[in-house]
Amino acid sequence: MQQLSTKHLLGIKGLTEQDIQLIFETADNFKEVINRPIKKVPSLRDITIANIFFENSTRTRLSFELAEKRLSADVINFSSSNSSVKKGETLVDTVNNILSMKVDMVVMRHSSPGAPNFLAKNINANIVNAGDGTHEHPTQALLDAFSIREKLGDVAGKKVAIIGDILHSRVALSNIFCLQKLGAEVMVCGPATLLPKYISSLGVKVEYDVKKALQWCDVANVLRIQLERQQIKYFPSLREYSLYYGVDKKLLDQLDKEIVIMHPGPINRGVELNSDVADSEHSIILNQVENGVAVRMAVLYLLAAVK
Amino acid sequence: MQKRLVLDKKQISIILDRFCYQLIENHDNFENTVLLGLQPRGIMVLDMLVERLEQISGVKVPSGYLDATFHRDDFRRRNNPLKANETKINFLIENQKVVLVDDVLFKGRSVRAAMDAMIAFGRPKKVELMVLIDRKYTRDYPIKPDYFGRQVNTLESQYVSVEWAAKGFDENAIWITEEKEVKS
Repeated sequence: MQQLSTKHLLGIKGLTEQDIQLIFETADNFKEVINRPIKKVPSLRDITIANIFFENSTRTRLSFELAEKRLSADVINFSSSNSSVKKGETLVDTVNNILSMKVDMVVMRHSSPGAPNFLAKNINANIVNAGDGTHEHPTQALLDAFSIREKLGDVAGKKVAIIGDILHSRVALSNIFCLQKLGAEVMVCGPATLLPKYISSLGVKVEYDVKKALQWCDVANVLRIQLERQQIKYFPSLREYSLYYGVDKKLLDQLDKEIVIMHPGPINRGVELNSDVADSEHSIILNQVENGVAVRMAVLYLLAAVK
Repeated sequence: MQKRLVLDKKQISIILDRFCYQLIENHDNFENTVLLGLQPRGIMVLDMLVERLEQISGVKVPSGYLDATFHRDDFRRRNNPLKANETKINFLIENQKVVLVDDVLFKGRSVRAAMDAMIAFGRPKKVELMVLIDRKYTRDYPIKPDYFGRQVNTLESQYVSVEWAAKGFDENAIWITEEKEVKS
């Protein structure tokens, strides 16, 4: 197969395993491209991409923008804080106005789950979901799985523990879908208040003791505590969370094996992850960031090819 | 299916020897020369050439694989998008004499894309093109080879099928067929 089965990247759920493998194989080639002296290819020079961010983002927005520029696409950026959205314009109107300027692809982040799906049904452009509320963040899951494949050779058969705030995390949901499609075993670990009630129905193991989770896994993907999404208190204090669920060197030293540490960023240092782990040889956090550009280039390139 | 043999195993071997002597004649001791095989099919020719060149001249000329998929001018115009292949170049080509190696020169579009892709690794002093088969009168771009094994007159609808024993065929051979063979 040389073409994606979908015109949009709305979530991992809509991708096949073959789609994911094609994205990875293409990302391998783009990783070589971004390590060349001249890191740019002309593939998307006739494409205009709008990055529409209704929510804050640093890493994802920069990574998408860099990927688009490395592919020679024309890029326009939009953030809701200084736009007509504040004046009451609807989502479809905002995007249709942008599309009237002959935009071919839309990369969108929105706080409402399903917003990219809504957009895909209403407008004629390739839509890439850059995170929709607590639903999915497909490119993050792809780059996480790509980084595991790069570090351990394969994703199939590996044990991956996702630790932290699963309840508010779109990264967790996309990671679960992606890792399972690739044949990995997935465990979620966190305080009971931060694990969704029906999470085990997704076929994942559930663990409340972080030490047991670390002992079980080959890879620990530690998630950020998303205080901005928490309207009520889910645990007594950050200090207590850190004591029970924070991953530090002392904890890793107690394990009888070496594990890989990942984090989608931004890290709350000293809360979910200590600096002595985040900056250690166990961590592939910065590799994730580099791989993010290659994976996003692959996604944009392959979507542009779909007729 | 109609099939006409253009080059057999022995002829291909003689041509590879000739390529080696032509390169030795033009590139002396290969001090500033690198060879780049064009993905996907030029790398077979390149690998055989590098090996033969080392046997004849005693010099292992730096070589690499160049993929031009991301530089092609038919992206989003083809019904079946091309899949990218590995680019493996562990040196800079700045101020080097580059010999691009491919199996068949048809419309010249792949070579144009390859020259575009190549520039990402530096500004070469000179670029030459070496192909086993030069399909005359089918060019879309003003590109012609500096070294060719055999020139053939073909219709655009015909296909040049290159078979390598290393790829599971009976023996090395190049054919002209009326339609594309899936196996190659």
